[in-house]
Amino acid sequence: MLHTLVVLVEDKPGVLDRVASLFRRRAVNIESLTVGHTDIPGISRMTIVVAGGDEIVERVTHYLYKLVNVIQVENLTYRRMVTRDLALIKINTEAEKRAEIFQMVEVFRGHVVDVTNNSLIIEITGDGDKIDGFVRVLKPLGIIELVRTGAVAMERGSESLVNTSVEVTYGAVPV
Amino acid sequence: MKRTGAQIVWECLQREGVDVVFGYPGGANLPIYDAMRDFSIHHVLGRHEQGVTHMADGYARANGRVGVAMATSGPGATNMITGIATASMDSSPIVCITGQVASKYIGYDAFQETDVTGISLPITKHNFLAMQVEEIMPAIRQAFYIARSGRPGPVLVDICKDAQQAVIEDWQYDESPIRLPGYRPDLAPVPEKIRSAAEMINAAKRPVILAGRGVLLSGATDLLRQFAEKAQVPVALTLLGIGAMPASHPLNMGMMGMHGESWVNQAIQNADLLLAFGMRFDDRVTGNVETYAVNARKIHIDIDPAELNKNIKVDLGLVGDLKEIVTQIDPLVQPADHEEWVDAIWSRRKESAVRDIQNLPDNGHLYAPHVINDLWRHTAGEALVVTDVGQNQMWTAQYYRHEKPMRFISSGGLGTMGFGLPAAIGAKMGCPTCEVWAVVGDGGFQMTQAELSTAAQEGIKVNVAIMNNGFLGMVRQWQEFFYEKNYAATPMRSPDFVKLAEAHGLTGLRVTQRAGVEDAIRTARETPGTVVIDFRVEQEDSVYPMVPTGADLDKMIRRPSPIVETARDR
Repeated sequence: MLHTLVVLVEDKPGVLDRVASLFRRRAVNIESLTVGHTDIPGISRMTIVVAGGDEIVERVTHYLYKLVNVIQVENLTYRRMVTRDLALIKINTEAEKRAEIFQMVEVFRGHVVDVTNNSLIIEITGDGDKIDGFVRVLKPLGIIELVRTGAVAMERGSESLVNTSVEVTYGAVPV
Repeated sequence: MKRTGAQIVWECLQREGVDVVFGYPGGANLPIYDAMRDFSIHHVLGRHEQGVTHMADGYARANGRVGVAMATSGPGATNMITGIATASMDSSPIVCITGQVASKYIGYDAFQETDVTGISLPITKHNFLAMQVEEIMPAIRQAFYIARSGRPGPVLVDICKDAQQAVIEDWQYDESPIRLPGYRPDLAPVPEKIRSAAEMINAAKRPVILAGRGVLLSGATDLLRQFAEKAQVPVALTLLGIGAMPASHPLNMGMMGMHGESWVNQAIQNADLLLAFGMRFDDRVTGNVETYAVNARKIHIDIDPAELNKNIKVDLGLVGDLKEIVTQIDPLVQPADHEEWVDAIWSRRKESAVRDIQNLPDNGHLYAPHVINDLWRHTAGEALVVTDVGQNQMWTAQYYRHEKPMRFISSGGLGTMGFGLPAAIGAKMGCPTCEVWAVVGDGGFQMTQAELSTAAQEGIKVNVAIMNNGFLGMVRQWQEFFYEKNYAATPMRSPDFVKLAEAHGLTGLRVTQRAGVEDAIRTARETPGTVVIDFRVEQEDSVYPMVPTGADLDKMIRRPSPIVETARDR
């Protein structure tokens, strides 16, 4: 099954390599990995989707914590979460099919971000299933090119999962 | 104060209390070597960067402090890799400082450029690349802190040549506490887990403590002994746990695992509670995990959370410093006697394989176990013994009975042949008052024998006992047991080790008869300087007992009777 991990890391050169290398070394496959800055200076946030059982993901979590630059790891899989993937899809559009495509873009709440005489680029966000569904519908029309960002995830509700105390905790941490 | 990057390196080492550095100079660390003269740190010039890394490792294991190794970029750095991986597998605290090409050449495949932080990434606890002079001090300070804290391990600091040469006009040493937001070496269990552990121990009828290197690293040897005595729990040791409990202690059963004593493995299999103290259930100690101690509840105490439930599922895992945790559990544990259980274990001791060979009359053959047994008797179990890897290692573990902690050094996890001699040199530098013996095979010794030159140049005394059987003995043993005696590529011709020692200006001795063993050991101990003894031991002797890979822990191959079929007998 797929697990969604949120990993907070120090924003330093080579950290992405350390994290990715860990998955390779421990023979665990990454389905998708996204990384970007957060609102906290010096801290980046990764969303890593991993294929594997609970046991493997728990092991990976421990290994991630062994990396000095990894600050926090949260498994959102069993929590109420929002995940979003963004796709850009370039598609063939003969004149007579255009209306049909625009309609589908509407239904899936996508946007058309580029238009030529015989092509469109559609931007769509949503969870993985929604994008898979959209791609399936478009496929018969002739996809020229497709790119997806991979998932980003956030827990629902008013709390932040970022444990702000980690930066200042030096005493014994109960586990 | 005005300081170059190179001077900052030495300043930082001095502040960390470093008294000796093992290294090898080259183009990319020349500025560091040039600055060495201003500092009172002794430098040991090895003969290969693998050697200097093992020396730093041996130093750390004998002394407890962080060992330091230096090398230049490119081949210098890549030669260190085996030594770093060895230290990583055995949780040995070392800091490796490598020179790197100037920062503007990084990524351009410059002369002697290697991505050593990339290469060493999976085998270091952490590593740093300092491209600017300002990055040197934080990197070295953090490197020492990371290497020695939590579960110790190797840390590499790669420093660009231009950073070594650059100057900071008003440099000051930063003494503020180190802040690493993602690094938590000081985890501790919640109190409920301490109580649960004590309850499980109090309820046990057939408990066994499995003591690993974590006991030594945590400084918990005295505590372990008191705890075992109070609750009357027999103790089994891993290879790297040797010394965690005195060998002569009645509750110390001895070594477990592939070449452990059969009665130790049987005790583990029959236990109703296993207390794993700072060990990691390596495949060499568990045998078949499906049948491993199936009736035992298991408590695992380790400072590394990633070790819990990794190889063996446990009922209770406690993460933290072993000494702290056992100190907390101890008052909650009732004194017990477990008389029936302890007696049953002792009665099985008759089957000891060690005794088999100890009691063997002199039949004209020279057995390596006899040599090691004699060495043990002569040195009263007090020597610091460093082994290489293979049969020599297992026989030393079986026949040299250590009374003190940190007096047995061996490459356990990685099983690095060639470790013995350089690690012994490092151990001697780490413990100058120790009587150091390197017990090696003819194969492993030849991998790093060039370091004899280092011993000679340093004028230190390390006695080298070569168990010379003309084979890569452990591989030959596996060929005998599992590959129908097809001795492919294991017979090995060696140089004249006596002449080799003499060529280095050292003393060489040769022993071919059992009667000559004691004399040679005595001569070696009395002769100043490093002595090499070529023990021409039985060619086709094997290490017994043995659990074949993946077999059940209590299904051991026993020493056949008559004792051994040899090339000469055939």
